[in-house]
Amino acid sequence: MYSYTDFDEAFVRTRVEEFRGQVARRLDGSLTEDEFKPLRLMNGLYLQLHAYMLRVAIPYGTLRSAQMRQLAMIAERWDKGYGHFTTRQNIQFNWPKLKDVPEMLSALADVQMHAIQTSGNCIRNVTADHFAGAAADEIEDPRPTAELIRQWSTDHPEFAFLPRKFKVAVTGSPNDRAVTKAHDIGLRMVRNDAGEPGYEVVVGGGLGRTPMIGKVLRDFLPKDDLLAYLEAILNVYNLHGRRDNKYKARIKILVHEESIETMRERVEAIFAMQQRLLPDVDPSLRAAIEASFQPPAYKTAETAPGVDGALQSWIDTNTDAHKNPDYAIVSISLKPIGGTPGDATADQMRVMADLAERYSHDELRISHEQNVILPHVHRADLPALHAALVGAGLATANIGLVSDIIACPGMDYCALATARSIPVAQQLSEVFADLDAQRDIGPLKIKISGCINACGHHHVGHIGILGLDRAGVESYQITLGGDGTETAAIGSRTGPGFAYDEIVPAVERLIEAYLDLRQGPEETFLAAYTRLGMAPFKAALYQAEERAHAA
Amino acid sequence: MAREFKPKIVTANDLLEGDVIYLTAEGAWSRRHADALVATTEEDAEELLAQAQTQQHRLVGPYLAEAKIGGDGAPQPVHFREAFRTRGPSNYNHGKQAEL
Repeated sequence: MYSYTDFDEAFVRTRVEEFRGQVARRLDGSLTEDEFKPLRLMNGLYLQLHAYMLRVAIPYGTLRSAQMRQLAMIAERWDKGYGHFTTRQNIQFNWPKLKDVPEMLSALADVQMHAIQTSGNCIRNVTADHFAGAAADEIEDPRPTAELIRQWSTDHPEFAFLPRKFKVAVTGSPNDRAVTKAHDIGLRMVRNDAGEPGYEVVVGGGLGRTPMIGKVLRDFLPKDDLLAYLEAILNVYNLHGRRDNKYKARIKILVHEESIETMRERVEAIFAMQQRLLPDVDPSLRAAIEASFQPPAYKTAETAPGVDGALQSWIDTNTDAHKNPDYAIVSISLKPIGGTPGDATADQMRVMADLAERYSHDELRISHEQNVILPHVHRADLPALHAALVGAGLATANIGLVSDIIACPGMDYCALATARSIPVAQQLSEVFADLDAQRDIGPLKIKISGCINACGHHHVGHIGILGLDRAGVESYQITLGGDGTETAAIGSRTGPGFAYDEIVPAVERLIEAYLDLRQGPEETFLAAYTRLGMAPFKAALYQAEERAHAA
Repeated sequence: MAREFKPKIVTANDLLEGDVIYLTAEGAWSRRHADALVATTEEDAEELLAQAQTQQHRLVGPYLAEAKIGGDGAPQPVHFREAFRTRGPSNYNHGKQAEL
C-alpha cells in the first residue's frame, strides 16, 4: 500500500495547523461565518441538521488495519462511537464539536489520512473498484492510477475553483464495480491491439438533478499520457463550463450542450499542446507508486473440504473470485437487518481491523455500496473469519441481495435532504429479513436518495427510491431499470410518488410482481424488467392503490 | 390581497456544538423549540432575524421557520424538517431526543 512521502506528510500536517488557526480565529470572532465556511469546507467540515459533520477521504477505498483502528478511536473520542461509510468511499463522523476538529484532523494525519477536498468545487476523493488488486477479472490494479491522480489533483492551483465539484473513478476490470459511467471522468483500463494496458476515458457522467451516462471521449489512452490528457479535459471544463447557474455547471451539462465531438476536438487540441509543454510523469515516480501496490505475499494452506450450511450460504453471497484461486475476496455487510446502511460502531471497526491484520494481509476496502471488503483472504481461513464476524454482528449474508441497500444519510442528518432515506432502508430490510427468501428473490439493488442530489445513487438502482418534499409531506418516487455497471443505465420513473408509510408496501408489490412474472429463478429482477418493460410493474404499483381508493 | 402572515420563530445552529438553537423572548438562545419567541407579524419576524444576524460570533445560519401555537401555548414546528430538528435522527437515540 502507498505510504506518505515526506512531502505528503508535511503537506497534511501544515494543513492541519493552518485549519487549527482558522478555527481559533472563528471562535475568537476574527472570522465571520461567511469567511470561515469556505475554509472549513476545504477541510471536509460541514454543518448539518443537528451538528457538524466531518467527511474523511479514504483514497480509492483502501485502508490499513492501523487506519481503521484510528477511525474507531476518533469515533469514540470525539464522536458518538460510530462512523458512516458513504457511496464515495469516505467516512463521515456525524457529531464532532468545532473546537475538536483540528485534533481529529491531527489524529487522521497520524495515520496518513485527511479530509482535504472532500467538499467544494475541486477534484474530490478519487474512487476505485473496491476489489482492486484482488479481482480475478482485472487487467491491472487501478489504484496506482488513482494515487497518481490524487497527487496531481491535491491542491492543484488551477483546479481549486472549478465551476462545480469534480469526481473521478477508476476501474481496472471490464466488470465495472466503480460506477465509472456516472462520474465526471471515468477511467476503465483496457488493452489495445498490441496488448498494452491503457484507459478508455469516459466523460460527462453523473447522477443528481440531471442524470447522465458518461460518453467515451477516447477509446484508448496510453498510460503515460494520463495526466496531460486529464489536464486537457479539466482545462476545457474550467474555460467552457458554465458558472452562471450551479445546476448547469457540471461537466455533464457542457458535454450534453456542446456535444461529445466538440469536447473531443477541444480536449485533443489542448492535449497536443500539453504534450509539448509538459513533461510526462517521471517514470521513476510512477514506478514508485506502482511498487507500493504489489500483491501480498500469498500463503499456502490446506482448505478444509466440508462446511456447514450457514457458512456455505455466507461464502456463496459474501465472497468473490480472487486472482489467486486459493484466495477469496470477502465482503463484510454493513447492512444488518434493520440497521443503518454503511454504519459501523467503533468496536466493529476494531474487529474488522484485527481480522484484516490476521486474515487479509492487513488490508481493508470500503465499497461505494457502503460495505467493507477484506480483499485477500485464504480460503482456508474462511470458517474462522466467518465465526469471528458472527460474534461481532458482521456476518449478514446479504451481499447483492434485496437488503443490501444503499441509502444516503437523508433528512436524519443532511441539511440538503428533502426526505428521510435511512428509515425506509431499515423498514425494507426488515420486511425482507428472511435470508432464504432474499436468495430466492436473487440479485437486486435498491438504492435510496433523500434528495435529487442522488448521493444514494437511486438513478442506477434496479429499484431506485427518491425522497422529496411534496407540499410539506415526505413523498417517494420510484425508478426502475437503473444499472450502475459497465452496462450503465438511468432508471425510469414509474409515476406518482408514495407517502412515507406507503413506500415500503409499494416496493413489496413490485417484488411480488417480479416473482410472479419471472421465467425462473435465473431471470433476475433487472432482466425481467428489461424483457417486460414498465407496464406490469406499474400495474402492480398503482392498480392495487386505485382499488384501495375505490373501495 | 397581501398573503396572510404565518407565525415564525428564529432558529440557527450553535457555533461550538453545531446543535439546533432557538431565539427566546429574553434575546437568549435555547435548545428547546418550546422556548422560542413567536413573531406574529412580518415586521416582528424581520426584526428578530436581524437581531440574530448580529450574533454571528455564537451561531451559524439563522433563519425564520414557520411555527404554530400548541394547546399548551408553546410554539410547535409546522414543517417535518423543523420537527426533526427538535429531536435528532430517527435511526439512533442521539441529539435532542436523548439529551433534553
